[in-house]
This record gives sequence, C-alpha cells and structure tokens, in this order.
Amino acid sequence: MNKNYFEIKRAGINTTFQDQGRDNLYHIGIPFSGAMDNRNFQISNKLVGNEVNFPIIEFAYQGPLLKYFGENINFAITGDVKFIIRKKNNTIEGKCYQSFTLENADELDIISTNKSVYGYLAVSGEFDVNYQWSSCSVNTKANIGANNGKKIEDGQTIYISNINKNLSDKKLNYINTKIENIRVIQGTNFDYFSDEGKKIFFEKEFVISKLSDRMGMRLEGPKIENIVDTNIKSEGLLKGVIQVPADGNPIIMLSDHGTIGGYPKIGVVISADYDKLVQLTPGSKIKFKKVELADAETLFKLYDLETQNLISQI
Amino acid sequence: MIKNISNLGDAALYCDFGSEVNKEINSKVIRYFKSIQKENIDGINNLTPSYNKLIISFDLRKKNFQTIKKLIENLNITNDDELETNRIKIPVCCDENFSLDIKRLEEKLQITRDKIYEKFFGKEFFCYMTGFIAGMPFLGDLENELQAKRLETPRVKVPKGSVGLTEQFANVYTFESPGGWNIIGNTPQVIFDSTDENNPNLINPGDVVIFEQITKEQYYNNNE
Repeated sequence: MNKNYFEIKRAGINTTFQDQGRDNLYHIGIPFSGAMDNRNFQISNKLVGNEVNFPIIEFAYQGPLLKYFGENINFAITGDVKFIIRKKNNTIEGKCYQSFTLENADELDIISTNKSVYGYLAVSGEFDVNYQWSSCSVNTKANIGANNGKKIEDGQTIYISNINKNLSDKKLNYINTKIENIRVIQGTNFDYFSDEGKKIFFEKEFVISKLSDRMGMRLEGPKIENIVDTNIKSEGLLKGVIQVPADGNPIIMLSDHGTIGGYPKIGVVISADYDKLVQLTPGSKIKFKKVELADAETLFKLYDLETQNLISQI
Repeated sequence: MIKNISNLGDAALYCDFGSEVNKEINSKVIRYFKSIQKENIDGINNLTPSYNKLIISFDLRKKNFQTIKKLIENLNITNDDELETNRIKIPVCCDENFSLDIKRLEEKLQITRDKIYEKFFGKEFFCYMTGFIAGMPFLGDLENELQAKRLETPRVKVPKGSVGLTEQFANVYTFESPGGWNIIGNTPQVIFDSTDENNPNLINPGDVVIFEQITKEQYYNNNE
C-alpha cells in the first residue's frame, strides 16, 4: 500500500488529471485533450523537478482542497491562483510559480483562480494514474484516461509514488499576461459569410459566454451572416477552429472538442495564442485580428522559444 | 487525386477531394488516410478522414505547412484492392422505449414504421467515417424514402446505443451525448471499447454494416 496520498476534501468545479494529451486518434473520434494551457502545465512540473510532461492536476475557477498524508513533498501551482497552506500551527499564503513543501497532515486549499480559468498543481513525485494511449489526460465525454476518465470527486484519495528525496526550492519570476486580440487565420469557409459578416468578425467585439468548457468556447456579439449554407458536409475539426452555426454566434473548438463538425469554419486561432485564449473568463471581451500563415508560424516559434526560456530559468 | 490542398490554421493541411458525398470519393480519402498512416511521418500527429476531406495535423515545433504539403504530394498511395474492409452485423431493438422519433419519421416521411424498418434492416451501409464522439460511425446511404432532416431542437441527451437517421446517413451513439438525429432504436452491441487500445472501434471507415432487428428479450439477453 502506498503511504503518500491526498485526501480530497473538496474536489472543486472541474478538476482533472492531465498531461500533454494523446495523438493520432482523431480518426476514431478522440481529441488531443491534455492540459488546456500548455505553458503553465510545463512550468508547474519544472518547478517541482519533474519532466515537463508529467501528469498534473488541472482545475478551473474553484480548485480542490487537499489534505496530505505522507513523507515531505514539494508542490507548485501555476496560473493566477489564490491558495493557502494550513499547517498544524499556522497558515501560509501561497504564491504561484514557487515551490512549497507539504508535511504530513498539511492542508492545501486552492481557493480560486483570479480572473483566469485554469490553474495547475504539480507535485515532486508521480500521481498513481492509469494511462490510455500513452496519456493520463481525462476525457470525461468518452471516459478515457486517469480516474476512470472522470473528474476528481469529493472524498476520493489520490496516491503518489516515487517522491523526489531532494526537495530543493524553485521559483520563477513570471506573471501571466492577458490578451484581448486573438489572432486568427481565415478559415476554409470564410467565403460563406457576407461582406458585412466578415467585417463584423474582424472589427467588432465578442463576449465570451458562460457556456464555455474544455470542449468549446461560445461567443456572443453581433451576428455573422451566412450567405451560402449554414451547414457543410461534416468534416474534421481542430482545437482553435472557429465555427459559426446558423444562429450567427461563433464557437471556438477547445482541447476536448468533438472531432467532426458540420458548421462552416470562419477562422482558426493561431497556435501562439491558444494558451492565452483558454484562460479568458466568461464576460471577457475579445477581438479577432487577421494574420497570414507565415506570420502565424513565426509567432508560434517566438512563443515556444519564450516558453523554453522560462522553463530553462527554473 | 486530391483536388486542392490548403491550410487549416497554422498546424494542419486541409485536403479537399471534392464536394459530393459518395463511396467513390470517400474511398479515395480512406486510401490516402491509410497510406499516410502507414508512413508514420515524424511530426504528423493526427489524421481526420471524412466524407470528402482529409485533415492532416502536425506538430508546429517539428514541421510546417510547406514541408508536410510536399511530403503528401510526393506520397505513393495504395491501390483500391488493398483496402481492408469488414462486414459487421449490428442488432437493433425498436421497442417503443428505444425508437424515440419513429412517430416523427412516420409523419415526416409519410410511410408506416413497418415500411421504415423494412427499408432499413438487412441493407448494406458503407462506413464513411467515425468520430464526433469516440467510435461513432457515419453510415450510408439510406434510400430516398428514409431521408429526413434533423430534429428542429436537438436532444440534450441521446441515450447510449441509440441508432439515428438523418438525410442519407445512419449512425450509432457510442456514448450518451447531445444530438439531433431521428432515433429509431437501440443496440446492445458495444461499438467503442477504450480498453482495447489497438482496436477500440468495432466499425471503421470502409467497413460494411448491416442492421438486424431483434426483440426486447434478445436485447436484454445480449446485455447480460
């Protein structure tokens, strides 16, 4: 029996095990999944001395309250998150991008994310999770991944093995920046929309709706008029694809999206902006900005380089 | 054979094989899909074949649009006769607890339910693609007399195992899911099994599916 574990006193709203996700399964209907904000996922692992693709716990809005039992372990939280550590005799205010040590019977209370959606909890050890197609990422639709493909629930126990004995403190000076302009490449059905509709798409503000989750982000704003056909023959989707159904309100596909869809694609969010996009909370206002493929490729190289730089600073 | 290759975003190729939906075009898509899959090209991280499109996603850290496009254009594609296909029989119970939209179909199609079942069961359907939700097969083609539109308001929850019709297609809901297809019955057959990682889908693109009507007793015996 494993002697290091978390007791989940409160699971939080949408708390799941995630890692880098799973490839090459779109054709059978399984999306990538994986941590929504890849940069913050990788940094959390590095802060506790793990390989960057180790399983972590992802939470949204309200995080979990975990009570720890076992030998000393380090953890780190990334994102923009308010949390506290309750020790026997005192309470410590937590800070993101910094490792902390948990001792037997300490409580970690991840209260909430601040004006962002996702946060990441990594520990200096291995969560005992099962893998499917080389990934522990939970896809609650198809019940695939760790924890029988389900969210973490109140009262359950999470075991940890192979704790790193060398608990060194690590820290990164980093603040998440927000974006309001989401850069997109024109979609394959861009010409399905009226001139006015195209103009609206690139010039007007859209508001992120409450009906947003790991599968997709719905937007509200001026309607985008379709002048060809409000349906296409169903075809593959990708994360970042922006579909416009008959009601004229765009939907952005996110990491757990359905793999096939039949609404026209007006645009695709560039890879460089995905991590920042998913962190935008309902009610946030965004604008789409058009970029060309070559620029998108350069922007991603820069973004990836910046991520690698941050990781190497830890 | 690909009519046009364009980019879908910055990390995918959008291969267009035409605008019609038919077995001939779809077979080309599947042939490309299987050939590329066999090549195991470094950097390609997903392939999504559909009726008449193939989307090839790649890891932007390793490859870009131009390099993958060149690779695909110079690829050798397997011949028709090398396509492996299976014939699969799917039992379906049409008890009234399962055939949620049969009344709607009778009204829309102006034929009796017996006629609907007669035109549906025992016929061969071709699997064009799988997806949307894990393992869901898109099968065709239904006879003209069976072609109806989706529900005006999609169901929030379609039960797992439901067999649905819309336009010229039939499908099976492999999980409980939102959906707007006309449900005519339910199968006890497991169509998607995530524990079988090498072969999770019972039905794959290119396969032939034949639905067979079963009684309520047979349905529950099959479930045991």
